[in-house]
Amino acid sequence: MSESDQPADKRGFGDPIERDEDVPLLTGEATYTDDIQLRGTAHLAIRRSDHAHARLLEVDTSAAEAMDDVVAVYTGADVEDSGVPNTIPTAWMLPGLVTPQYRMLAVDKVRHEGDGIAAVVAETPQAAQDALEAIDVEYEALEHVTDPVESVDRDVPPVHEEAEDNVAFDFELGDADAVDEAFADADRVASVDLRQPRLIPNAMEPRSALADWDVATEKLRLWMTSQNPHLHRMLLSAGTLGVPENKIQVIAPEVGGGFGSKIYHYPDEAVTAWCSMQLGRPVKWKASRMEGYVTDCHGRDHTTSAEIAVDDDGTVRGIRVETHAGLGAQLSQFATATPSYLYATILSGEYAIPAIHCRVIGAFTNTTPVDAYRGAGRSEGIYVIERLMDVAARELEMDPAELRRTNLVPPDEFPYETAAAVVYDSGEYERAMDTALEHVGYDDLRERQAELREEGRYLGIGVANFVESAGLSPSGLAGDLGAQAGGWESSIVRFDSTGTVTVLVGTADQGQGHRTTFAQIAAEELGVDVDAIDVVEGDTDQIPQGLGTYGSRSASVGGGAIARGAREVREKAREIAAHQLEASVDDIEFDDGEFHVAGAPDRSYHIQEIAAEAYLGHDLPEEMDPGLEATNFYDPENFTFPFGTHVAVVEIQPETGEIDLERYVAVDDCGEIINPMIVEGQVHGGIAQGIGAALYEGAAYDDDGHLLTRRMDEYAVPHSTYVPDFETDHTVTPSPHNPIGVKGVGESATIAAAPTVVSAVVDALEPFDVDHLDMPITPETVWQAMGGEE
Amino acid sequence: MTEHDITLSVNGTEHELTVEPRTLLVTALREDLGYTGANVGCETARCGACTVRVNGEAIKSCMRFAVQSDGAEIETVEGLAENGDLAPLQEQFQENHGLQCGFCTPGMLMTADTYLKDADDPSREEIREAIEGNLCRCTGYHNIVDAIEATLEQREASHE
Repeated sequence: MSESDQPADKRGFGDPIERDEDVPLLTGEATYTDDIQLRGTAHLAIRRSDHAHARLLEVDTSAAEAMDDVVAVYTGADVEDSGVPNTIPTAWMLPGLVTPQYRMLAVDKVRHEGDGIAAVVAETPQAAQDALEAIDVEYEALEHVTDPVESVDRDVPPVHEEAEDNVAFDFELGDADAVDEAFADADRVASVDLRQPRLIPNAMEPRSALADWDVATEKLRLWMTSQNPHLHRMLLSAGTLGVPENKIQVIAPEVGGGFGSKIYHYPDEAVTAWCSMQLGRPVKWKASRMEGYVTDCHGRDHTTSAEIAVDDDGTVRGIRVETHAGLGAQLSQFATATPSYLYATILSGEYAIPAIHCRVIGAFTNTTPVDAYRGAGRSEGIYVIERLMDVAARELEMDPAELRRTNLVPPDEFPYETAAAVVYDSGEYERAMDTALEHVGYDDLRERQAELREEGRYLGIGVANFVESAGLSPSGLAGDLGAQAGGWESSIVRFDSTGTVTVLVGTADQGQGHRTTFAQIAAEELGVDVDAIDVVEGDTDQIPQGLGTYGSRSASVGGGAIARGAREVREKAREIAAHQLEASVDDIEFDDGEFHVAGAPDRSYHIQEIAAEAYLGHDLPEEMDPGLEATNFYDPENFTFPFGTHVAVVEIQPETGEIDLERYVAVDDCGEIINPMIVEGQVHGGIAQGIGAALYEGAAYDDDGHLLTRRMDEYAVPHSTYVPDFETDHTVTPSPHNPIGVKGVGESATIAAAPTVVSAVVDALEPFDVDHLDMPITPETVWQAMGGEE
Repeated sequence: MTEHDITLSVNGTEHELTVEPRTLLVTALREDLGYTGANVGCETARCGACTVRVNGEAIKSCMRFAVQSDGAEIETVEGLAENGDLAPLQEQFQENHGLQCGFCTPGMLMTADTYLKDADDPSREEIREAIEGNLCRCTGYHNIVDAIEATLEQREASHE
């Protein structure tokens, strides 16, 4: 916080100010990638595999090449022969990891439905689509596998020759001996076997790219749907195209949602760029929704056996978890980190659990690659511990909320080092839990539940606690764990010579409202109005460096970099003010944008006047350089750990198995809140995605390895009528190591909502001895669990 | 391929254009005429991001050929604001944070705006049903329902 305790109008930090982003979005003036038209643009379409697993015997493009308006047709061999590095690199290494080459287009065989085989460039999108049909592909079908357990247990032809058993990695975390001991000593053991289905992120805007290779300057400009333009630039340069990094400009214009799916460096955008380089003209590609369903990275796909050891008084002694994680046919950037470090390290949840062991087998499958989707790893981990708490409560015949409360990490134990190798920064877990239970009226609900059961009505109350690791850092730790990138973020905070402020930052918005939120941070630090601040993201030529937006990192790491940069600017301004006021720097106070000598507030300079002086440079302190800006690289000392408690109330219709989600209460603690309106919006959207996972969503493959849920009418993205109104509240426990005390909120509610809703449904079905149901819990699942027959 | 000369009136402006029979209305609006407000999210009439109004009716413009709309009066999101002033519905979307990434917003606004023309004191459930054909992956719908409800309340208040 700044020294000022007196916020001016629209100062911002903590205020629910309306978003700067909204007007162009509301009027249709906003520019998404596909809205950009460049003169002379050719259009790319990609021929994709119809097979889940097959050798490519021949790819005959001659008929397609001869068609009207077709500019060129390229195969995987053409890309390989062009001499580019042709690798889509993995960005996270694990011990013993098998890393087969992931190419822009397949050359020897196809490994999943949707694998790219050939690229058609034509004068119009329609002509490119027409020509796809004319490419003759001869396949030799191979046996395929889509399930992560079958993949390693069954004798099938490997997805990659380099991994004969389809195991990409076999990962362990925790102390197996300590867990064995805890299980031997504990009064009871409860267990659950569960599936976390494959999810499709479904950002509303499909992926898209527009590449423009300038032959004269040998520079590539690439507009694309990216959550992290600098990472895309780096991977394109070093791994895929071999173009020097400073000859690539990646621009993420307006981006229509991501939820993880636009983090990754996919083959398709690289092929778009490569085609532009071959042809020396702009080339545009836009995924259809069906194309997105077989190429955008999916999420989750875990099969898990988990056990919990508890004493009769409810004390949890240890947990043991074994998971098969489907990785898909190729290793996407963070595919290895998501089911390992982002998963196993959160298995302690909000609880003090002395012994934890987790083994994860990462399996190649003949499916679309799997990577981080909103909640990534933490969603899967919290789901496991929260399901374990519920089955343990049943085993002990204890109230599930009470069992949870008994095991919470107490507030005076922070920083708290878990048995799963992370240190939680701060937490007041019981306060958030009490807030949620009071809000929902937990005790009354339990009474009502008992009364209704007498009448043959089935009410369920689900309570889940969550904690999550946000803002993956510091860089050194990430490196120790295998990351091939850092955990920092960078900013430039720049006063312009007339007193306005430009903030450049390496994060990249897809709807989170960064321009508003970040202006609020800078306004607070600099004592200027938010309207005087412009935030620029998403252009590698403007913003010096950055890692982007994922893992709930933007507010804490990007915001931290902005706050630190603004403070540096403020301190330089203070020196100039001291010089102007002929006083010592130590005597200069800063209030609401004004510098004055302590005790003499009548004579003051506003920081915007100082900015003008800094650029005039006529009368600066000796040896001081002109200008007023700061570049900051902020590498946090730890993750932040947002947390909270969510409660769902459902009623089951016994005749049909239908689930009425009557109430949903969310209490989140994301540390200091920069803009409560935006935070609440993040919570709302997160809840909807978690409810989607719990009750509606789930990708499925048929026996031929074809995606069954291949259109929006087959994959159930929640509609407005699928979700209730949400009741939200919050507590505030600042992160002690973050410059502005924030923890992040982007993924929290998604992480919390799935276990909360599942817990509520299972709770409703207690009279039917149902301990667990796998997601998505459909009315049919419920009806069968209640004794209905197929 | 045979081509057709058609006339589309978009937000009150007449446009003459030549299209293939298979050209979708949304393609004609976006690619030929530059009305990029309507977005293409699914090509199967499920997401509603391409919703525009044709002769007073909200329709999904990915499900209609441009030639079918020859001579029609089309209204798009670009026509909602007047002289640079947001319409009350747009203002309420901003005030209630009824949008995040904004990709579904043009379609959502056209559906809601059409619904509001005849809506009479609807419940929140009825508002949810009215926008059921428009998917939003960001907001969880709560604030969109708030925005539509607030627009109605504002209208009622101004009539009193």
